[in-house]
Amino acid sequence: MANVGTLASTMAAEEPVRDRLDGPSGPRPKKVFSRTNIIVYGTLFVVAVYYALPLYVMLVTSLKGMPEIRVGNIFAPPIEATFQPWIKAWSEACTGINCDGLSRGFWNSVTILIPSVIISIAVASVNGYALSMWKFKGSEVFFTILMIGAFIPYQVMLYPIVILLREAGLYGSLTGLVLVHVAFGMPINTLLFRNYFAAIPEELFKAARVDGAGFWGIFVRIIMPMSLPIFVVALIIQVTGIWNDFLFGVVYVRPENYPMTVQLNNIVNSVQGVKEYNVNMAATLLTGLVPLVVYFFSGKLFVRGIAAGAVKG
Amino acid sequence: MAIADEAGNAPAAQAGTEARRPVRILKNLQSKMALIPMMFTALVVFLGGTIWTVVYSFTDSGLLPRLEWAGLEQYDRLWGTRKWLVSIENLAIYGVCSVVGTLVIGFVLAALLDRKIRGENAFRTIFLYPFALSFIVTGLIWQWLLNPELGFQQVVRGMGWESFTFDPLNNPDLVMFGLLIAGLWQGTGLIMCIMLAGLRGIDEDIWKAARVDGIGTVKTYIRVIIPMMRPVFVTSLVLIASGIVKLYDLVVAMTSGGPGIASEVPAKYVMQAMFGGQNLGQGFAASTMMLVMVVIILVPWAYLEFGGRKRG
Repeated sequence: MANVGTLASTMAAEEPVRDRLDGPSGPRPKKVFSRTNIIVYGTLFVVAVYYALPLYVMLVTSLKGMPEIRVGNIFAPPIEATFQPWIKAWSEACTGINCDGLSRGFWNSVTILIPSVIISIAVASVNGYALSMWKFKGSEVFFTILMIGAFIPYQVMLYPIVILLREAGLYGSLTGLVLVHVAFGMPINTLLFRNYFAAIPEELFKAARVDGAGFWGIFVRIIMPMSLPIFVVALIIQVTGIWNDFLFGVVYVRPENYPMTVQLNNIVNSVQGVKEYNVNMAATLLTGLVPLVVYFFSGKLFVRGIAAGAVKG
Repeated sequence: MAIADEAGNAPAAQAGTEARRPVRILKNLQSKMALIPMMFTALVVFLGGTIWTVVYSFTDSGLLPRLEWAGLEQYDRLWGTRKWLVSIENLAIYGVCSVVGTLVIGFVLAALLDRKIRGENAFRTIFLYPFALSFIVTGLIWQWLLNPELGFQQVVRGMGWESFTFDPLNNPDLVMFGLLIAGLWQGTGLIMCIMLAGLRGIDEDIWKAARVDGIGTVKTYIRVIIPMMRPVFVTSLVLIASGIVKLYDLVVAMTSGGPGIASEVPAKYVMQAMFGGQNLGQGFAASTMMLVMVVIILVPWAYLEFGGRKRG
């Protein structure tokens, strides 16, 4: 009893001393306005504004009328917001050939995108599966050629492909362009799937073989269901990549089949008439909308996709 | 004993291989059949197409490809054409500035984001979104921001500085830097992400050791961290460089090669010769030169990367 009493009294006596010695307990609070913090956050903030500004300018300008654009500051928010430029960009803007707006290019792009994405992912995933689990003599050679092919400038292969497509009767058609997208999307996606499947434990594969599952059986029933994330990553890569393509669209299809990027460039850079900046910017935003939506909704998976694409081999 | 064992096991082993062999062929067959699209792409499109273009670059193909041997005539003409020389010079300027700019900005942004800051995700999202946009969209956006009657110049003049001039896209000396502004805006986010992944892979103890030794943050980055991140820098370099050679859409959207021919690039020269000028031989020769550029970039890298791995 006495002990407790002394203890309590010593503690009481010690308390102020310790307070004076140590200051407040717990981890030292970080100074919010330290010099380093101001530099770090300040720089990041300025750079972020710089990166975000173009999108802001486009959005704001696309909502203004032409008179306001002529007199005003491009950074100022619209005084009278109007959606007229967006409607015009979608359905009335002229390319020099026709005046039915970007909607035609949009639907062309969708028609190109859907089969290209489905076929290229199907082919690339089977490639990755065969290359990682069913290797045969020479399979690595083909894979190496494919990987080197990813670095060859497209211009080198453009014309031979024109000949191939012409021979097949597909030059100028959307089918031809789809096949081109499948071919050029193959290296990166095959690599992606191959590396992912290579990390799947071999025991699983062996067990399935013992149970009598074959090449396709294992792929469809075992590999595919457990690889959903990598399919999503490939989907992101392909959707943004194919939507943003310009070169193949210009070369391999007839003008009436031009994808959205080509049509956008034709609308904006057509020399005739007065430049309607608001309509042009609305058209540009419309074209950028699909990859931006994919980007903002996919978040971490997008980063994973580009990281996978970046770290080759 | 050994002989008996071998003899005793032999029939069983033989039976085993015999029973397995047809299955193995079948398995390979299925795998091979599944890889037919890939083999076709690798052999016919990539390898075959490349060889075809290189071979035809030594012919005098005009409107249509034809195998009339012309030796190095196309290359002589190519290197005697001013537009091509300007293209190469432009690509060199753009390339060097783009590599240095992207690496420096990408690394600094990654290092800043790695300082355990609040709102890292928000910052990263903002820095990376331009990468989702196409070069056409990027080019058009910056064409307007750099437009003297609409963009920055107009805004600064509006604030009272009447003589302010910033019009890179109409100035032959500055036009490549105008393109560079747009290119950096679009591409630095990607390199930042790769660098950030590299920084995250560095052991926390390195920082503790540096702090114990009293080395400042900036000095630690330069002396310790950057040398450790050499592979990441090499990957980034290859990525940036192979992208630069392909530079085409951005130029088409921003300047169409102008003013005059001041912002022409090799890829555009190829397109013009093949599909605009009906001068296929020139197109093949020019695209072969592009291939040579890529080989010059890639071979040292492949040597370092794969040669080094073998040694390790």
